[in-house]
Formats: sequence, structure tokens, C-alpha cells
Amino acid sequence: MSDKSKFRLNAASVILLFGILFLFSRYGSGYQLRILNNIAIFITLAVSYNLINGTCGLLHLGPNGFIAVGAYTSALLSMTPAEKQLNFIISGVIWPLSVIHVPFVVSLIAAGVAAAFFAFLISFPVLRVRGDYLAIVTLGFGEVIRVLCNAGQSITNGPLGLKGLQPYTNLWWSWGVATLAVVLIQRLTDSNFGLAMKAIREDETAARAMGVDPFRRLMVAFLISAFFSGIAGGLLAHLITTISPGLFTFFLTFNLLIMIVVGGLGSTTGAVIGAMLFSWGGEALRVVEQPMEIGPFLIPGIPGMRMVIFSLILMLVILFARKGIMGRNELSWDYVASKFARSKVMETPR
Amino acid sequence: MSLTLFLQQIINGISLGSLYALIAIGYTMVYGILRLINFAHGDLLMVAAYVAIYGISLLSLPWYLAFPFAIIVTGVIGILLDRVAYRPLRGAPRISLLISAIGASFLMENLALVLIGGVAQPFPRPAFFSHVIDVGNLHILVLTIYSPIITLLLVLGLLFIVFRTKTGKAMRAASLDFEATRLMGINLDRIIAITFLLGSSLAAAGGLMWAMKYPQINPFMGVLPGLKAFIAAVVGGIGNIVGAVLGGFLLGLCEILIVALLPDLAEYRDAFAFLILIVVLLFKPTGIMGEPLAS
Repeated sequence: MSDKSKFRLNAASVILLFGILFLFSRYGSGYQLRILNNIAIFITLAVSYNLINGTCGLLHLGPNGFIAVGAYTSALLSMTPAEKQLNFIISGVIWPLSVIHVPFVVSLIAAGVAAAFFAFLISFPVLRVRGDYLAIVTLGFGEVIRVLCNAGQSITNGPLGLKGLQPYTNLWWSWGVATLAVVLIQRLTDSNFGLAMKAIREDETAARAMGVDPFRRLMVAFLISAFFSGIAGGLLAHLITTISPGLFTFFLTFNLLIMIVVGGLGSTTGAVIGAMLFSWGGEALRVVEQPMEIGPFLIPGIPGMRMVIFSLILMLVILFARKGIMGRNELSWDYVASKFARSKVMETPR
Repeated sequence: MSLTLFLQQIINGISLGSLYALIAIGYTMVYGILRLINFAHGDLLMVAAYVAIYGISLLSLPWYLAFPFAIIVTGVIGILLDRVAYRPLRGAPRISLLISAIGASFLMENLALVLIGGVAQPFPRPAFFSHVIDVGNLHILVLTIYSPIITLLLVLGLLFIVFRTKTGKAMRAASLDFEATRLMGINLDRIIAITFLLGSSLAAAGGLMWAMKYPQINPFMGVLPGLKAFIAAVVGGIGNIVGAVLGGFLLGLCEILIVALLPDLAEYRDAFAFLILIVVLLFKPTGIMGEPLAS
């Protein structure tokens, strides 16, 4: 298939997507909009997380830290000085933050930049180690950020968190960012740069021998992943309008891990599917936590049952279907075309 | 700070360190053989504490029976953990093993949450551990003194098994060269099961003492001690039992002393262990007693 027709198909799908979103924004219920926004934010997070864990093959366990940095940066910048004064009752907010107030879009970009800057700082110790050590160091950084958010009373308002953010996030913001993230990250993965990342994943020594500088490549992946995680954090903050350090625990990372493992580590399509399934499944499974009446029996709701099911799904996938839904494949137009063409191929005698 | 207070803090640090040490041993033994961070190891503390509490309340066992019972049950659960979550993945990429470990950890925590509920329960502290002795101006809970002693006794027992028995020899062989050990006709699955049994039992002992020290238990009580004990194992040199014990004591002492000397930093206490980890990984990734890392 020619590049030109692929581009047309891509453009058509994006237009179709936004057409559907337009219909939802007009006629959808608040509940549907909330789920759609959640899906878009999770897609952004899962795709950028997959860039590190899937494409580069590093088990990074600290995206919750990046998301927290993004959420707090964006929230603190977009709140008006008066709103901040209402929030910071124990100790006033420190000087430059107390007067700054910028438009939402600027606060989002700042969120991405802040998260990327944080990623840059920690990449020096993090990218020196590999495997289990990298996992535990990134987990540690995620935890350190949470502790800092809890303790930095005059910057983050400590455990109280920030309340009453303006609900700026709507379908256009969340899906716009998600589309941008998918396109950019997929282009990066397909590029020369992405090839080098995959080479590092498969065999770092061999990649080095071929002249690939692992530190530089992984750093770029790390920064881009953090950038989008930060923006998604800003969107999340302005979607739920209340943030506190308790929101950004390792639990958030665990949810992202489930998405990309179920979708297939190393596949952007997989990450998108995983994020959709997770958001949808999370809602669908609410049933198990609510009291149920089956005939004469009343089964009481079991809070926490959803997480048991999610952990079980993660373990079952990793034990019995390690490739997840997509493996490392992508859903591309070539792939779709080959599916349609297959019937012809099968007919030819061998 | 007065000398009395300083001594008190040193004793507290050694006591806390002994618990880290007990838990760290399990991490280091499993890592030595399987090259895996057993993320679910910390949750075994929680399992031990709950088994003990139900042993006392439901089976009305006296504590000196309930505690060994809890240790045995936890050891068996450790073996099951390996059987279910890790053995099917021998030879799989490391990242799969780690994800399986994280999944197992969340499964245990949330299963406990569903079965028991999230409300913190008080843990009974037997009279044997709870009287206070006075030395000069020092008031010390006996538990604080007993826990390092119990730890040292258990470690001596473990060192005897590892260095003086045939099973221990097989363990050491497996951590040196997994494949060659298999070629020598050693049943590695059995050796790994024994490793998990020993590590989990020690973690259970640590968990019981932890629960007596901080007598509020909940399904997530094992997460933070588990992570810190892992850091202790890295600080001591992962794969090395004596190193893990040293690392545990060192981490416990540092943590208590930093908070005691600089009370302003108390809020950052939980972040501190991770800073130690990062510093160690940057400047001496092999830890105090470790051998060079396999790449």
C-alpha cells in the first residue's frame, strides 16, 4: 500500500474518531463523557509507559512520579491566586506560585516540561542500572515524589492536596493529546531511533557493538515518556478537579502495568487496547462490588474485589499468554490489507 | 541530645535493623539463586501476622504455639508462591518474572483486603515480650532486646544449614551456576522450594516481631518493610546472607539516628531508604559484601 493512501486512511480515521467524539459531546451523558475522558488519558499514559517498558525493555516502575509532577505543576499554574489562597490554609503558598496564573494550555505544556525535567534529573542514576535494579530505583523515585508531595506543605499543600480545580479537561483536550501521543510515539518507534531502542531491548551488548549509545537513546525515550505522562497528569488533575498525594501511589503504576501487559508489551496498539479494556472493565466490574440479589439470596458487595480480579488477570496473562493481546505487532493498514488479501492466498494450491 | 537518649536510639535502631535483616535474608537468598526480586516477599509479613492473630483468636492457641504455626504456614505459602507464580516462568524473560512477582504481591494484598477487610486490627503482644526493664535512666521494652537476639540465633541456624549441610551446598552451587548444578543431578526445583521455605519462614518471624513492635496490622503492612528490607539486601551486597544482615542493621540504625538527630526530617523518613539505595547503586553497586553483579 502506498504511503499516500495510508496517509489518507489515517486522516480519515482521525476525522471519524473526532466525529464520534463530537456526537458524544453533544448527546452523551455525563457518565459516558467521564469514561471517554478516562480512556483518552489512560491511552496517553499507557502508550508513553509502553515506550519504556515495551519498546526499550526496561521495567520502569515510577510513572506515578511523573504523573504526580505533571498534575501538581499544571494545577498550581492554572489556579488563580484567589483559589490558591482558599486551598493553602495551613501555610501560605510560596512566592512565585502565589501570583502566577496561566491559561490551561500553557499549564499543560509546563506540566510536560516539568515531568521531563524531573526525568532528566533522575535518568543519570536510573539509566546506569538495568533489570531488577532499575525497577526498584524507579519505584523508589516514584515513592520519593509522593513523600515530597506529602511534606512540601507550602508548595503542594501536603496531604490535604489541591481542591476545586477548574474542570478544563474535555473530550477535545484529552483525545487531542491522546492522538498526538499515539502518532508521535509510534513514529518514534518506527524510526531509526526506535530501531536502536529495540536493539537495546534485544541485546544491549550487540547494540553497543553496532555503535548504538544506549544511554542517549534510552534518555530520549525516558524524556518523551515523562513528557506525555506529565501532560496526562495535568489532564487528569483538571478532570477529577481534586488531587492529593494519595492519588499517585504505586497503585497507579500497577494499573498502567496491567494495561500494557494485557495489551502486549512492546505494541502501541496493544497499549491503546489495554487502556480501553481497563477503563471499560473497571466500570463493568463495579457490579462485583455492589450488593446483588440473585433470587432470594442477597450477596453483599465486596469492596476491593475488582483489584483481586485485575491482579488475577495480570498473573494469568503473564503466566499463560505472555504476549498479551497484540504481542509486539501493530495494527497497521498493511496488516488489515493482508488480512483481506489472505483469502486469495489460501486458495492458491501449494 | 543526652547520652541516655542517644543510647536509647541506638538500641531502637539495632532492634529495627534486626527486623530488616531477617526480611532481607529472604530477598537475598531468592535473588542469589533465581536472580529475581521477590516483590511478594514483604507481603509474607502480613500473612504471618494474620495467621498468628487468627491462630490466637479462632483456634485459641497460646502465643508460643500460634507463632510457630504462623511461621510454618507462611513458609508453605512461600513455597506455593514459587510453585504458582515463578516456576512456570523459569527461562522466561526477566521482565515477565518481575511482573509476575508484582502481580502476586498485589493479589495477596487485595485478597487479604477482601477476606479480612481493610480496618487495622490490634495485634496482641504476649506478656513475655511486653514488660519494660529499667537500666539506669533507660526504659527498654524487652521485645526491643529480644528481637536482635532472636535474629542472631535464627541467622546462625541458617548459616549452619547453608554452610554445613548438603542442601546448603546445593543452594550455594545453584547460586554460583544454575545450569551446572542441574547437570550435577541436583533437583533444582527442590532446592528452590527449600530456599523459599527458609526465606519465607524468616520473613514470618520478622513479621511477627514487626507486628508486636507496631501492633496495628492491615493488609498492606508488609509493603514498606519489604521494600526497605530489599534495600538493606542491596546495601549489604545482594546474594550474600551475612551482607543482608549487616545491611539490615545498618539501614535500621541510619533510619532511627537520622530522625533522632534531625527531627525536622522525620517526614522524609520513608524516602531516606531510597536515597541510600541510589547512593549505593551509584558508588558501590555491589554493596558492602557483594561480588560483582552479573550483567
